[in-house]
Order: sequence, then structure tokens, then C-alpha cells
Amino acid sequence: MTFAVDPLFVDSFGLSEVVVVLLKVVLVFVFLLVAVMLNIWFMRKVISDMQNRIGPNLAGPWGILVTLADGIKLFFKEDLIPEKSHRFVFKMAPYLSLIPAFLVFAIVPIGGDFNRADGSEGVVTILGHDTLLQVADPPVGILFFLAMSSLAIYGVMLAGWASGSKYPLLGSVRASAQMVSYEAALGLSIASVVLISGTLSMHEMVLAQTGAGFGGFIPSWNIILTGFIPFVVFLIAGTAELNHPPFDLVEAEQELVGGFHTEYSSIRFALFYLAEFMNQITMGAIIVTLFLGGPAGPALFVPQGWWIGVFWFFLKLMVFLFAFVWLRATLPRLRYDQLMDLGWKVLIPLSLAWFLVLAGIRTGRDRGWSSVEVGAFAVGFGVVCMLCAGLLMMALRSARIARLAELEEDRAGLHEPTEGGVPWPN
Amino acid sequence: MSEVIVFAVAAAIVLSGAVGVVASRNPVHSALFLIQTLFGVAVLFVLQEAHFLAAVQIVVYAGAIVILFLFVIMLLGVDTADDWSVEPLAGQRPLTVIVGAALLGLGLALVVVATDTLTGAVQRGGERALDNGFTDIERIGRVLFTDYALSFEITAALLTVAVIGAVMLTRRLLRSEMLTDLETASMDLPPASPSAPDPDGSNAETLDSKQVPGR
Repeated sequence: MTFAVDPLFVDSFGLSEVVVVLLKVVLVFVFLLVAVMLNIWFMRKVISDMQNRIGPNLAGPWGILVTLADGIKLFFKEDLIPEKSHRFVFKMAPYLSLIPAFLVFAIVPIGGDFNRADGSEGVVTILGHDTLLQVADPPVGILFFLAMSSLAIYGVMLAGWASGSKYPLLGSVRASAQMVSYEAALGLSIASVVLISGTLSMHEMVLAQTGAGFGGFIPSWNIILTGFIPFVVFLIAGTAELNHPPFDLVEAEQELVGGFHTEYSSIRFALFYLAEFMNQITMGAIIVTLFLGGPAGPALFVPQGWWIGVFWFFLKLMVFLFAFVWLRATLPRLRYDQLMDLGWKVLIPLSLAWFLVLAGIRTGRDRGWSSVEVGAFAVGFGVVCMLCAGLLMMALRSARIARLAELEEDRAGLHEPTEGGVPWPN
Repeated sequence: MSEVIVFAVAAAIVLSGAVGVVASRNPVHSALFLIQTLFGVAVLFVLQEAHFLAAVQIVVYAGAIVILFLFVIMLLGVDTADDWSVEPLAGQRPLTVIVGAALLGLGLALVVVATDTLTGAVQRGGERALDNGFTDIERIGRVLFTDYALSFEITAALLTVAVIGAVMLTRRLLRSEMLTDLETASMDLPPASPSAPDPDGSNAETLDSKQVPGR
């Protein structure tokens, strides 16, 4: 069996290598737990600042231990399992949420010096062994992330079903429909990145983004190379995939009580909560790796050493964690039809069209097209896109006009708006 | 050695999952066992260094198809144990046994007789190195977009047609279309409610969505 390009596995595989791997696993595990603790505190503190209140301030300095206190409280609360629930599945669901959340972080490169150009970019030495600062670097890299995020749906779905009550079931059906829908847009924007960097492995993606880019100082990060649109699509679809505000219809309190985890209490609820915030951190880390070069900093930055990659990685990660909190504090929740419209009618066509543009550019570059051919491609593609967009708009418009006409009839009293003719939002 | 251990564990996962799918009384449990089986198969793929297939197995089958199964099970409310005492199709069970045994025999025969051809180790008379220095992803991509480009495109078109067909079948009918449907089917309309005005003589106001069949 061959593993990936991690130099740890190149020569032999003995006890000391196992120790190094275990060390990395434990490190990431502890990091994720502590990071979730700090992330929840950070979210509450930032939101309270934005809302002009003090926020948590009792446990520890600046209330930094508030999550720990909450966790201990939840741990000692009574564990309720509803009478009508499906006991085994009910108990299993929180773990189905939590385990994928832990596993995804294994493929994220979190450090190493990517500025040297001697073939050992990102390699660090632990206990005398050369290795990557990354638990695993499977050849399918980013597909592993997609696989895990699709497994995470089961946690939500089965939690709602196994609770044996209406609101959780509705919440879980909503959640899984939302997550499945947005996974398509997510996958399409990932496809753009894969097309540009030519690899699925996360480590090689970071390698492809190192070095001086345009003009010697603009970094050659994928956010620039893929033309910004996949980044925007990924950010929106990723936020929706997390069920994070403004896409948190899954637990819309006014409609669904608590959504899929209404019936969960005590430590089982804490596990869902943990998974939710851990997914935020992981999603931020994935965005950083895919679009912002991960641990690779701008080439201008001179100092060397493994810590420089760690520094850049966490700096970029913090930007996204703050952005998530910002979204939570700022935006009102979408309506369900708006959510589905945004996913299916905007994000998926947009990322698909952009993927085709990038593929066309790539083909042109590979075949050495002349400027005339490039121009012809651009014009032809533009015309096709306009036609498709026009058709889509016409279809949406005629459907809307027909619906509005029915609504008008209802309003005019031609039809009783009570039973079947419930006006639905436009 | 490690390969044998991984194979044994994965095979146990696959087989126990497969038995669970058939043996569970509850459809949701069957679906969960199906995920277990798919997961085990993915591990076997990784063992064969087909990393891409393993990932696709999880993303497509576990991540999309079984989710759809669960959707159907949950939304149709068939998540209760089935009654096995009645046989819905007469003679189905003995036939199942025969067909199953035949398929098993066929599979075993293929494995015994034609392993090399099946796995592609031998093709067109000569032996062929499976791994020309490319990763499995590169090889799959190459084959898919050269040798099998036509079938790939046809499959894509077929799936698109299927999706459009499904949308057409499930879309919400406009009231005017409901009328024409009903008229062509010349169905008996329920009597108009006396309170509602009936300006043009049609029975349109009684056609709320609940009374229209096929919705």
C-alpha cells in the first residue's frame, strides 16, 4: 500500500512513525476541542460587542471559560430520551454528526514553511522524522471533505427521525434537503479549484499556490487564479452547508422550536453543538486551503521556519471565523423558498458557467490558441450563456406571472383562498 | 500482512451490513446497514489503491442515494415493520431464491474463470500494466473522456432527461391546466359550494388542490 507524498512514509514504517502519527492525531484532536471552546466564546463576545452589551464575563478572565462552564453544566444535566424515540438511532445520531466533523480536519495542512523552493516545502521535522504538518494527505484530498460532509447529513437526518416527534422531523428534512442542495454548488466550485491547481491532494493544492504571482507580490492564490467567483460561491454554499445564519432554517426557532435537536438534552445536545462549531472551524480551514493558499504566505514575507506557515494559516482562519460571527450578527434568516432559489437558480448555474469558462481558458492555453480563437471562444460562450440565462429568466418570469395571476384571482374572491388556494410567497 | 487484516475487517463489515439490509424489519435500519456495506466496500477500494472510487462511493452512494432512500422512507411514513405473513406477489419468494442462487453461481464462476479479464489485467490478448505511472484519478479521467466519451455523454443526456421528466411529473399544476386535465379526463367534478360566486359558469372555484387527483 502506498500512502500519499508524506515523506514520513517514504522509507520504512516502524514504531517511531506510528508515534509521530499518533502525536499529530492527538494534537489535532486537542486543538479542535480547545478551538471550539474559544470559538464559541469568541462568537458570544463579538456579538455582544456588536450589540453593545458586555457578554459572558464571569468564568475566567473576560469570560473565556464560559464554554467550559456550559459544557460541565450540560454534562451533569439529566439525559432525557423521549418515550416515542427510536432509542438506538437516537443515541447514535450525535456521533454521526461529530465524527465527520473531527475527520475532515485531518486533511487540512496547518503549517510548515512553504516559501523555500528546494522540494521540501511544508516539511517539518518531528522526533527526527520528516513529515507534513497534516494528519493525512490522501490522494483524493478534497473529495474526502465532500464525502465527510455528506456523511454529516446522516447525523442531522437520523436525529430528527429518531426523535419520534414532528418538529425534529420537519427540521431534519429541511436540513438534509438544504445540505444536499448546496453540496452541488459546493462541489462545482471545488471543481474549478481542482481544474486550476490540477490536483485533489490538499498538500499539492497548497504547493500550487506558493511562490510569487503576478508582479512578484500578488500571491498566486486560487482566489485570484479562479477569478473570485468560485470563492464567493464556496463561501455562500459553505455557510449554507454549515446551517449557519443566515441559512439556519434548520433550527428556525419561530417555526421549528429547535429543529432536529429539539428532543436532545444534556451531553447529547452538547455533542451536536460541538459538531456545529467544529464544522465552522473546519469549513474556514478548507476555504483557507482551497482559495487562500493555506499555510503559504505571500512571498514577500521573509522569515523562515515551520511556525510561519502556522502563523499564516491561523491568521487567515481567524478572518473567516470572524466573518461567520459577523454573518450571524448581521443578516436575518432567509425564507425557505429564497434559500432554495438561491441555491438552485443562482449558485449552481453560476458556478457551472464559471467552471466552463475556466475549462475553456485552460484548453486554449494548452493548445496555444491565437487571440482570434480566444476572442471567438469568448464571444461564442458569452452568447450561449446569455441565451441560457435568458431562457431561464423567461421560464421563471412566466411561472411567476402565472402564479401571480392565480393569486390575483384569489384576492378578487373568484376562488376561496382558504383551503387549497393558500397564497404562497413570491 | 496488514493488507489481509484490513481486508478481513472490511469484508466482515460488508457482509454483516449486507445481512443486516436483508434481515432488518425496519426500512430505516436496512438503509443504515446499506451505508455500512457501502463504507466497507469503500475501504476495500482504498485497499486496492482505487482512492477515487472509494471517495466517489461515499459521496455518491452514501451521500446522495441512500439519503434519497431515507427521504422516501421518512416522508412516505413506511418506517414501520412490514408484515411478512402475506406474500404480495404469488411465487415471488421461491423465484427469489432461484434467481439469487443463479446470480451467485454466475458471479463465483466469473471470479474463478475470468478474474484477469474482469480486472483488466489481461486485455486484447496481451498483459498490460495497470499502472503506467499515473494515479487512478488520471487513468479514470483519461479512459472516461477518450474511449468511453460517447457513452459518458449519452449517460449524462439520459440523466438530464430523467431529471426533467421527474420535474414535469411533480410540478405544481396551474389552475387553468388542472381544468383542461379534468375536462379531457371527463371526470365528475364535486358540486360547487353554494356560497362561492360562479361568474362564468365554470366550476373553477371548487378545484382546490386537494380535490385534484394526481397531486
